[in-house]
Amino acid sequence: MSDSLLKIENLSASIEDGEILKNVNLEIGKSETHVLLGPNGAGKSTLGNSIMGNPVYTITEGKIIFEGEDITGLSADKRAKKGMFMSFQNPLEVPGLSLESFIRNAIRQQSGKPIKLMQFKKQLEETMELLEIDSSYANRALNVGFSGGEKKKAEILQMLMLSPKFCILDETDSGLDVDAVRIVGKGIQEYQKNTEGSLLIITHNAKILESLRVDYTHIIVKGKIVATGGPELIEEVNKNGFERFEEE
Amino acid sequence: MSDTVKDSALHFDPAIDNDTDDINAILESSSIYDFKDEETDFYKVDEGLTEDIVKQISKEKHDPKWMQEFRLKSLELYKKIQIPDWGPPIDGLNMDNIVTYVRPNTKMKGSWDEVPEEIKSAFDKLGIPQAEHEYLAGVGAQYDSELVYHNLQDHVAQQGVIYSDLESALNGEYAEMVKEYFMKLVPPTDHKFAALHGAVWSGGSFVYVPKGVKVEIPLQSYFRLNAKGAGQFEHTLIIVDEGADLHFIEGCSAPKWNVANLHAGCVELYVKKNAKLRYSTIENWSKNMYNLNTKRALVEEGGRMEWVSGSFGSHVSYLYPTTILKGKNAVCDYTGITFAGKGQNLDTGCRMVHVGKNTSSLVTTKSLSKDGGIGTFRSSVEILPTAKKSKSSVDCQSLMLDDISRSDTIPEMDVRTDDCDIGHEAKIGRISDDAVFYLMSRGIPEDEARAMIVSGFADPISKELPLEYAAEMNNLIKLEMEGNM
Repeated sequence: MSDSLLKIENLSASIEDGEILKNVNLEIGKSETHVLLGPNGAGKSTLGNSIMGNPVYTITEGKIIFEGEDITGLSADKRAKKGMFMSFQNPLEVPGLSLESFIRNAIRQQSGKPIKLMQFKKQLEETMELLEIDSSYANRALNVGFSGGEKKKAEILQMLMLSPKFCILDETDSGLDVDAVRIVGKGIQEYQKNTEGSLLIITHNAKILESLRVDYTHIIVKGKIVATGGPELIEEVNKNGFERFEEE
Repeated sequence: MSDTVKDSALHFDPAIDNDTDDINAILESSSIYDFKDEETDFYKVDEGLTEDIVKQISKEKHDPKWMQEFRLKSLELYKKIQIPDWGPPIDGLNMDNIVTYVRPNTKMKGSWDEVPEEIKSAFDKLGIPQAEHEYLAGVGAQYDSELVYHNLQDHVAQQGVIYSDLESALNGEYAEMVKEYFMKLVPPTDHKFAALHGAVWSGGSFVYVPKGVKVEIPLQSYFRLNAKGAGQFEHTLIIVDEGADLHFIEGCSAPKWNVANLHAGCVELYVKKNAKLRYSTIENWSKNMYNLNTKRALVEEGGRMEWVSGSFGSHVSYLYPTTILKGKNAVCDYTGITFAGKGQNLDTGCRMVHVGKNTSSLVTTKSLSKDGGIGTFRSSVEILPTAKKSKSSVDCQSLMLDDISRSDTIPEMDVRTDDCDIGHEAKIGRISDDAVFYLMSRGIPEDEARAMIVSGFADPISKELPLEYAAEMNNLIKLEMEGNM
């Protein structure tokens, strides 16, 4: 593995009623795209949320290292400022806060500098166009009344606007129709192409991966990473499901 | 949702003559907000406020004779009427000392040094110019906004609009009009503090917009009050004549500090046939204040009344702007927000009385409570038998910002015709931890994430305010969120 960006060492995490992650190790290098596959309830989302710092999960053991720094104890906003991002499985609705002002606020928070408004507007417009989001959405309240596809496109919009170093995509493709999957895929390609950022794509549907460059694939079962390989693992799961990994 | 209540204990005379006195009769017979005819006497009637004191006030103000008599009659009522026995407790209000509320002596006004630190720092945080600080704190010379006020006054005078303080109006060209309307909508018999107001009222605005005149710029009492001295018993009287249009803005975001901690103002709004009035107010009282304010509007045929109301500060508030939709097709929109923080008990809401045919009312309120604050939304919608084909919709949302705060919703509906359409929706909630995490995952610190969610919640209200007031309100919410006010 090349230059390490994110290193997860022996990570165990739990929620009120029990342990979900068990001694997970994972290393992601710069500009790499990793895919995390696994059956329902295997701990995929827990891993993503733990990396992002969701306080619902308690880290009971292990470390998360980002760019050589131990960030295990940092709050989510500080992780974001260091260049981490997560596209949510269920993006939250925030009435009265427009999508545009939310993104503007987030950029300002992360850069710590005032925003060049014209430049921002132009970039927002172009990115929305790329993602086939109607321009009226900029002024709509964040995710309020958005369809499932619109919510996920808005997540990718935020990702492209914030241009983070590392992105977790938590089931960004789930529940989307073919068209929305294509558009979201296009957005992710754009990120792969134009930035040196890395991705951890969590999915249980291989459709979206067809259009993307994948460097590594990990299989998670019952809170443990049971296999790591290249893109060929995706095909195997497509054919045979997770049975082989579950038996181990 | 359509609902009909036919067997309620209250009754109205179905034959309603369209006359102000009868409107008062309606209000008196039905109100859940009436302070009167209560048997409890947890305060003995105060002897401190005497006829002599009231006469003295009257003399200093150069009242016409009728006004002096009005004051004395109100004083009698004030002594007879009991304190309300519902709503938040007001035992902190020392009624034995009522005379000191009415006549704060110079010593009570105190000095800048005595003004609490929190008030001083709030001025800074709200960006109030230094020159106004002492004035707002009630300890300094008047802030020099006279010029702004007079410019505004001259500007609207060209359209024939009368805009002055009420004392001047009483002795001016429109004296007869003042006499005709003053405390007809909120009579001193209404409740104890209305009676007190009638006896000792001082300061306030008078606005008359002649037929068909559309006032393009909002009139802001802020400048006028600062120029003439804001009172605790100020009276606002606005008459928008047929087909005219006015936006009036009262109040400001700065907390007004006063040693005497009772505010019993009165607002009377008359919206004539096909006229429109928008009355916006942001109140931010200092946190020792008992705010017992009475506001009422009477809307004639085809008229439109819009309230935009923000209630911040005060220790205790009782505030329920009332609108009487008297003429057919009259409309009222009420949009309000209340923020109850530490040590505050704010009982706010509104009342809609549908009298005319095909009248409609729309109520949208937001209530926030934090740090043990208590926010109560109290509303009353009354549809009289004459108000066929009327519509009313009430939507109140409450947000509790922690586990120790409290939020109550007390809606009342009294519907006397089955030919109407009534809706009510109430939601009480908390800020979702998931939403906070969501915003934080974009780099927004936790306290700001919460503030953003709260500002978003308040957005439907901010949108109704002129830009600079909306900005002030957002600022105020932010400061309240930080617990810094």
